[in-house]
Amino acid sequence: MAAVQGGLVDAVEKKDIKTEPSEDSGGNNNANDGRILSPPPGSSASAPGGNKTPAGAPEDQQTLLAVLQFLKKNNLAESVEILRREAGLPEDALDLKAGDSSGAGSGGAGDTVDLEGEDASSLLSRVTVSSSAAAQAPTKAPSEDQPDVNVVLSAYSQQGDPALYGVYYSGLKRFIESVLDCHRAELSQVFYPLFVHMYLELVYNNHENEAKVFFEKFSGDQECYYEDDLRVLSSLTKKEHMRGNETLLDFRTSKFVLRISRDSYQLLKRHLQERQNNQIWNIIQEHLYIDIFDGMPRSKSQIDAMSGSLAGEAKREANKAKVYYGLLKEPEIELPLDDEDEEAENEEGKPKKKKPKKDSMGSKSKKQDPNAPSQTRIPLPELKDSDKLDKIMYMKEATKRIRLGPDNLPSICFYSFLNAYQGLTAVDFTDDSSLIAGGFADSTVRVWSVTPKKLRKVKSAADLNLIDKESDDVLERIMDEKTASESKILYGHSGPVYGISFSPDRNYLLSCSEDGTIRLWSLQTFTCLVGYKGHNYPVWDTQFSPHGYYFISGGHDRVARLWATDHYQPLRMFSGHLADITATRFHPNSNYVVTGSSDRTIRLWDVLTGNCVRIFTGHKGPIHALAFSPNGKFLASGATDGRVLLWDIGHGLMIGELKGHTDTIYSLKFSRDGEILASGSMDNTVRLWDAMKAFDDLETDDFTAATGHIHLQDNSQELLLGTYMSKSTPVIHLHFTRRNLLLAAGAYNP
Amino acid sequence: MADREERRFAEVSRESVKLVAEGAGVELGDDVAALLAEDVCYRLREATQSSSQFMRHAKRRKLTVEDFNRALRWSNVEAICGYGAQDALPFRSVKEGELFFIEDRDINLVELALATNIPKGCAETMVRVNVSYLDGKGNLEPQGTVPTAVQSLSDELLKYYQQITRAILGEDPHLMKVALLDLQSNSKIAALLPYFVYVISGVKSVSHDLEQLNRLLHMVKSLVQNPYLYLGSYVRSLVSSVMYCILEPLAASINPLNDHWTLRDYAALLLSHIFWTHGDLVSGLYHQILLSLQKVLSDPVRPLCSHYGAVVGLHALGWKAVERVLFPHLPAYWANLQAVLDDYSVSNAQVKADGHKVYGAILVAVERLLKMKALSQPVEGGSSGLPATVVGAVGYRVSSPGLSPPPEPLSEAALGIASHLQAGGAGCPWEEWTPVPLPAMYCELYSFFGDSLAVRFSTGPDFGSFPTCTPSQLRDARKEAPGNASNPDTTRKMPQLTANLNISPRQDGSPRTDPPPPSLAVTGAARALARSSSSSSSSSSSSMQRSRSSSSRSGQRSAGLSRDVFPKARFTSPQIGPPAFTFIIGGRQMGRRCQGRRPFQTTFAPTPPLSAIPPRAYAHKLPVIGRVGKPVRRWACSHYSLHLPL
Repeated sequence: MAAVQGGLVDAVEKKDIKTEPSEDSGGNNNANDGRILSPPPGSSASAPGGNKTPAGAPEDQQTLLAVLQFLKKNNLAESVEILRREAGLPEDALDLKAGDSSGAGSGGAGDTVDLEGEDASSLLSRVTVSSSAAAQAPTKAPSEDQPDVNVVLSAYSQQGDPALYGVYYSGLKRFIESVLDCHRAELSQVFYPLFVHMYLELVYNNHENEAKVFFEKFSGDQECYYEDDLRVLSSLTKKEHMRGNETLLDFRTSKFVLRISRDSYQLLKRHLQERQNNQIWNIIQEHLYIDIFDGMPRSKSQIDAMSGSLAGEAKREANKAKVYYGLLKEPEIELPLDDEDEEAENEEGKPKKKKPKKDSMGSKSKKQDPNAPSQTRIPLPELKDSDKLDKIMYMKEATKRIRLGPDNLPSICFYSFLNAYQGLTAVDFTDDSSLIAGGFADSTVRVWSVTPKKLRKVKSAADLNLIDKESDDVLERIMDEKTASESKILYGHSGPVYGISFSPDRNYLLSCSEDGTIRLWSLQTFTCLVGYKGHNYPVWDTQFSPHGYYFISGGHDRVARLWATDHYQPLRMFSGHLADITATRFHPNSNYVVTGSSDRTIRLWDVLTGNCVRIFTGHKGPIHALAFSPNGKFLASGATDGRVLLWDIGHGLMIGELKGHTDTIYSLKFSRDGEILASGSMDNTVRLWDAMKAFDDLETDDFTAATGHIHLQDNSQELLLGTYMSKSTPVIHLHFTRRNLLLAAGAYNP
Repeated sequence: MADREERRFAEVSRESVKLVAEGAGVELGDDVAALLAEDVCYRLREATQSSSQFMRHAKRRKLTVEDFNRALRWSNVEAICGYGAQDALPFRSVKEGELFFIEDRDINLVELALATNIPKGCAETMVRVNVSYLDGKGNLEPQGTVPTAVQSLSDELLKYYQQITRAILGEDPHLMKVALLDLQSNSKIAALLPYFVYVISGVKSVSHDLEQLNRLLHMVKSLVQNPYLYLGSYVRSLVSSVMYCILEPLAASINPLNDHWTLRDYAALLLSHIFWTHGDLVSGLYHQILLSLQKVLSDPVRPLCSHYGAVVGLHALGWKAVERVLFPHLPAYWANLQAVLDDYSVSNAQVKADGHKVYGAILVAVERLLKMKALSQPVEGGSSGLPATVVGAVGYRVSSPGLSPPPEPLSEAALGIASHLQAGGAGCPWEEWTPVPLPAMYCELYSFFGDSLAVRFSTGPDFGSFPTCTPSQLRDARKEAPGNASNPDTTRKMPQLTANLNISPRQDGSPRTDPPPPSLAVTGAARALARSSSSSSSSSSSSMQRSRSSSSRSGQRSAGLSRDVFPKARFTSPQIGPPAFTFIIGGRQMGRRCQGRRPFQTTFAPTPPLSAIPPRAYAHKLPVIGRVGKPVRRWACSHYSLHLPL
């Protein structure tokens, strides 16, 4: 969004270059959305996008062809000859081309314009972007894979009488208002995309005043959650503005998806055909994707729950893929008995207690969970001895865990950052809650020890040589006592640090920044180890995989990248979001990542294949917080609209809406056993929600209906267990300790 | 564009574009300007939209200039510099040209670079943790406001609160002590802080009851000392309560039998304590305090007890405060005070007594100012004189825990003040303040206080010894002709401070440029030596020697400068009464207040038993409360101070 035209070109080209290797590697084909990235919008020569000719520079060739056609049409045979000779084009190039394209078009690969028939003039219209050309091209084949701005925009070059737009629109409006109630809600969905496209068409064809009138007349009818987009739209009144406006580009390049029942759709179709309302019909054909389903039309509330994203709802098939949301089997670690003995005797029963408890948590039983991916689906790092020790610690702590519930709420500790004049932008805790790190707007990352244990660096190489490596306490000896301090500052970024994440083994820290890099820091030496460059724009969020080694990042360039700490290039690139990726999280089994975006959708990606396997729509604002439930089955998301939405990953459904916050939600966390969901917000509160109830209620429902149209009851108030105010401190991070104490963090804002 | 009726956005008008173009030397046609204006608007909106993203990710509600610049930078537009300041930029308009511009004041870089007011770096970022809600329960009331009712607390806390306030404000002194002690160490009372602050703000309603005021102040002290409490913005409220006790003409002050002076002293002490320990919590606090003190001081309508409060308050805030506020204000104030002191009518007796209090307070404040200043300006202080003064000042500091703001390592204090002053920025009345060089300051002060100043100044650490003086010593000292008056004192003292500069108040006849007697340097050094070896006997002897050496000049002195200033107050009957021990009280406070005046008393360092000296040297100079004759005595005997064995 940041990019005003000029800046974009460069970066996009770079992006393209980056994209290629990963495509070659084969893991990164996005099944549901072929659009990889926008090529330079500034290039004036346009081509039917998805047309993959073997020629070296297809675009140039296309341009040449267009010119040839132009010449030919004007009977300038000589010039045609000269040009053809100079360009080295075969005699029959034109015909070939036409045949090629039409083939591709009918194959659905995506041509804007059908080249059969008046191919010359329509192609010409595309090349010259001449709005005056009365090119009423019969555009049947929808463009799905159409990255070029000019091509995209040229779809608007056809036009009817600008004065009639308002008439058409209000005619449709009257019709929809008059249909049966059960259809009205569904058909009303058409209003917004129609409105936008008609407005853009007017603007594109330089009918500025008509566009304004049109906007003023009908913008009030649109759903309030489109307000932000409408604001962008209203500021756009000139054709020139459309270029380089990414929001618009999104609107054009992706089809707005609507879900409408078959009955309603038939109704609409009949009406439009009766009225010969080609204008609207064309738009619907071209720019809308209507996902028709059989069955009861949906109610208004059902529709509202799912809509709001930049590009409409998710197509149903987008959420059909199987997701292995189960947890991986925990590696068998025998508890060292001697260790156990050291503990007080009364704790002897621990191992026994542990087993049943683990079972009760579900999903961790000895046999593989049928919903879990196979253990080796993606390669995971081997457990080191220290990791095993940590696991043991974890299990011990887990036995002391407090069982939470509506009657047993967690205590909350608040970590206030004082004197954070430089602006606290991100916080993370280690899993064992021993360290806290903050990212600041002044580009620093600061790490504090929250236990009495001070932070120490490893000694210098020279000093390390002097150490007796055989001694038992060698790990102690390598630390330099002189450097012990409560906190350390890490310098390296050159812009605000927007996301940080500790590695599970507490040896590393990741930070991502406005400067476009992600940095890996060692918590042994407190130095920067690697700077990962790949995002060319600010990186908004990053997170380590729960198993370490991998991490995910997402930023302004709309692409989420999966990295491994020992590779300087990303392993996967997940593209498909239509706007910035604002939040990224790993699934507990490390096989999936989820990304939230400013396009108001959430996407779940398969790490192995790189495919997008779920698209969740329903938020009405950019998504800033995501959290998986500990059992991996559910996802919670929070957005600027102050609502928390709950999703069932396996079924790909929204299963709950938690209303209460009055400002952006910046953090979400499930308690260790998943009973409680805590949400922290800009409104200086922490709220606790009864997650168990939210999920249980739903399981009694029969939502497996193929349509997936669940009816959400508004039970936020019942699910809200408590609201806790901080002292004028926005809550930007939440963390449950292993014993289920809730830690919250934020910067005090006097 | 211009005829568009509905303006949804701020728009840059065609005219503005033209104007800017003209500024750049380009003539634009109407249509071009209109087009440009429209495009500019659009681009601005676009940039604003994208900058909001940076705001959201920085988790702020406020869009900053920096956000906007980032958005510009990412769209390959040059960032706009110069708008990052915290303070609002004044937007001005010029009527004639219909021009609007932002006022851009020149900054004197040289001054900035050479500024000695080095700001104290902002406090370090840190993380503090507190248990906010135990088992999901807690105070649901948003913290941060002073509540009007006490009902919403948990039962335990409520009970605690009631017990504590009852104990503190109740009759039983033992209970009170216990309560205060608990208040000082209890780690769980954070939730009650607003309530306690509220109780304390009740000072205004009990201004007739010294005892209650005192208890409330103790409560403040306990809260301030509690290491578990984060006072935050409550500091302001506490400070205002304390200031009330310092400055207001309390109802209790009407009765002269009430020792409200002690209360004010204590409150001042408390103020400095709060300031030094919690001053960083509220920005600009120092300023506000100084301002209100100054306001009181410069308001002649206020009763003397308020002035007294202002002076002790300034004194408690440190010598810099005295230098900045009291010192420049002194000439104006002096006239008023003098008028009071010179009125011998019976009806004025009480007021006059108060006047003497103020006089004493000013004297003490000024004395410390000089000492600290000498200490902080080693270069100016002069090589010979300095060591002595340093030692003196240090001794003074060490020995007077009650007086100086408690934890006040010198350098820090200086920095702290400086930074606060700087933070005040524009509009601060001290902006144009320039430090007065020490000698000049001394001169000026001397003109007010005369020798009483000199005496105090020179003798810091030794005073504790008076009680040990033997009568014979006294007699001895007195032998030094009283008639010689205080001149020897001045000559002796002045060189100490200002030897290099040679500015010292002298008798009319003596040329100002008189070089200091060579012997002085020597004795100064000797004195330093003696001091450092801390041998009392040697110091006394050296001082004796010095006094003798300087006595040769003593004769020159007559009325001198000071006389013009205090024509009446001094010299009336030089020899009256043996001054002897009155000065134990610091010379200024007598009578009922003596015991309470600990702070002032403590200015005198405990010293090795003193030989030669002139307890009476002191006695003389004090404005004695309520007695007409005293000032005279002070003057008459001041010369004795010369003989202080140093």
